[in-house]
Amino acid sequence: MQEYDLVIIGGGPAGLAAAVSANDQGINSILIIERDDQLGGILNQCIHNGFGLHTFKEELTGPEYSKRFIDKVVALDIEYKLDTMVLDVNDDKQVTAVNTEDGILEIKAKAIILAMGCRERPRGALNIPGSRCSGIYTAGTAQKYVNVEGLMPGKEVVILGSGDIGLIMARRMTLEGAKVKACVELMPHSSGLKRNIVQCLDDFNIPLKLSHTITNIVGQDRLEGVTIAEVDEHRKPIKGTEQYIPCDTLLLSVGLLPENELSRQANVKLSRVTGGPEVDESMQTSIPGIFTCGNVLHVHDLVDNVTTESYTAGKNAADYINGIHHVGTGIEVFATAGVRYTVPQTINAENIGDGIDVRFRVGEVFKNSYVSVYFDDALEMHLKKKILTPGEMESVKLTKAIFNKYSDCKKITIKIEKE
Amino acid sequence: MSTRELTCIGCPVGCALEVELQGNDVISVKGNTCKIGENYAKKECTNPTRVVTSSVLVTGGESEILPVKTEKDIPKDLIYKCIGALKGVVVKAPIHIGDIVLENVLDTGVNIIATKDIEKS
Repeated sequence: MQEYDLVIIGGGPAGLAAAVSANDQGINSILIIERDDQLGGILNQCIHNGFGLHTFKEELTGPEYSKRFIDKVVALDIEYKLDTMVLDVNDDKQVTAVNTEDGILEIKAKAIILAMGCRERPRGALNIPGSRCSGIYTAGTAQKYVNVEGLMPGKEVVILGSGDIGLIMARRMTLEGAKVKACVELMPHSSGLKRNIVQCLDDFNIPLKLSHTITNIVGQDRLEGVTIAEVDEHRKPIKGTEQYIPCDTLLLSVGLLPENELSRQANVKLSRVTGGPEVDESMQTSIPGIFTCGNVLHVHDLVDNVTTESYTAGKNAADYINGIHHVGTGIEVFATAGVRYTVPQTINAENIGDGIDVRFRVGEVFKNSYVSVYFDDALEMHLKKKILTPGEMESVKLTKAIFNKYSDCKKITIKIEKE
Repeated sequence: MSTRELTCIGCPVGCALEVELQGNDVISVKGNTCKIGENYAKKECTNPTRVVTSSVLVTGGESEILPVKTEKDIPKDLIYKCIGALKGVVVKAPIHIGDIVLENVLDTGVNIIATKDIEKS
């Protein structure tokens, strides 16, 4: 059995940043395991710009952003294995992986960082009636075809869901000569970033049909068209509003699911809301020494946020290995009244340095509302927000000074209030 | 005097902007939380621009597709022509981030550059 101080599962933006950060804290025995044939993860196929405004103060494309971290990993001599699939992780921090060169690899680690990312919700999870013809792809699959393989999936396109990948692909397919006929969203609001609605749909006059869904898929061998209909407030199709749109391609951009099969095998406790592990202030899961960051923890809109979260995970994994991690029960962070979840779910103020960013998402659109943070019953923060939407992650910074003020606090509550 | 409502695309915050116009001149910008928003609003109402990203073919490399971008933003109404200018462009590996793929596209003074390293196969 091989031994490493730190094994990182996943060589995307989360795994790379975590590795760099752990190395900064003096950990040299690190192995990154990546199943693809290159480092960089999903950024390799995200060739549009808009990455890195916070991290690098400039606007980069996905491959440019990931290259900055790959260069650091290479310069720091951090070991990585490509084309290598992790089969098992257990709560004793043993990792079993396989590739065609080494065969089965058995590795014992002092700490593990789970950075496996997420995957797209597929058609099978949607219950759309109709035939199982070809021409139906998740938006990310189409993105890989176009941007990495150089193949066009089709000519006349309808997009179901308004997630960011779907919006980005609406523009990309249009520029590559396809006709994108509509972007159909079940909810009364888009789940994508506002800037992507503007520069991917509005710029190209692609209609965004809010409160609409697909009620039928038509076609035998190849997709021939879809029927869309308006939905009521219970998201049920309204009779008489059906409209048939001929198309040969349907892209699904209907949500991302953290990929936690390995976390489950390791008995890591998962959150029902995020689908990712429950973590404390150091990004540590319910299993001591197993940390996590990035989209496997909760789905992010911005890679910049993944990077900062992963720095935290990497630093704390290093501290754990070096034996300077404070144990003890943390204060529970409770999400309610419009706030769907928070990350982290518990905070031990001993481990937060100067402070901690608590990230969260809201469940519906709120206008002119307040984000309120209570320490037990005391209202500590009351931040006015013009708009809060489920598509955009929010955060509040809780400083060490605030924790010092409420040293006996048992519970922190984050909620949305009208006034 | 007229007003125009815009969503800033300068960063993912997506500030809701309100622009006051006198004819074609921008009088004021409200709703922005930083300088980028003000610049975007002024440009969007006078000479809207975009950074264009796409891909071209590569020969002799470990990958057949090279992602590229305009080095700076170009006028919005040239997006399609810019993509058209990339049709038929084939580069040879190795090629690295920042290498010029097409000089001075459509006489805009802006180069198309590579956004990924592709080594020889």
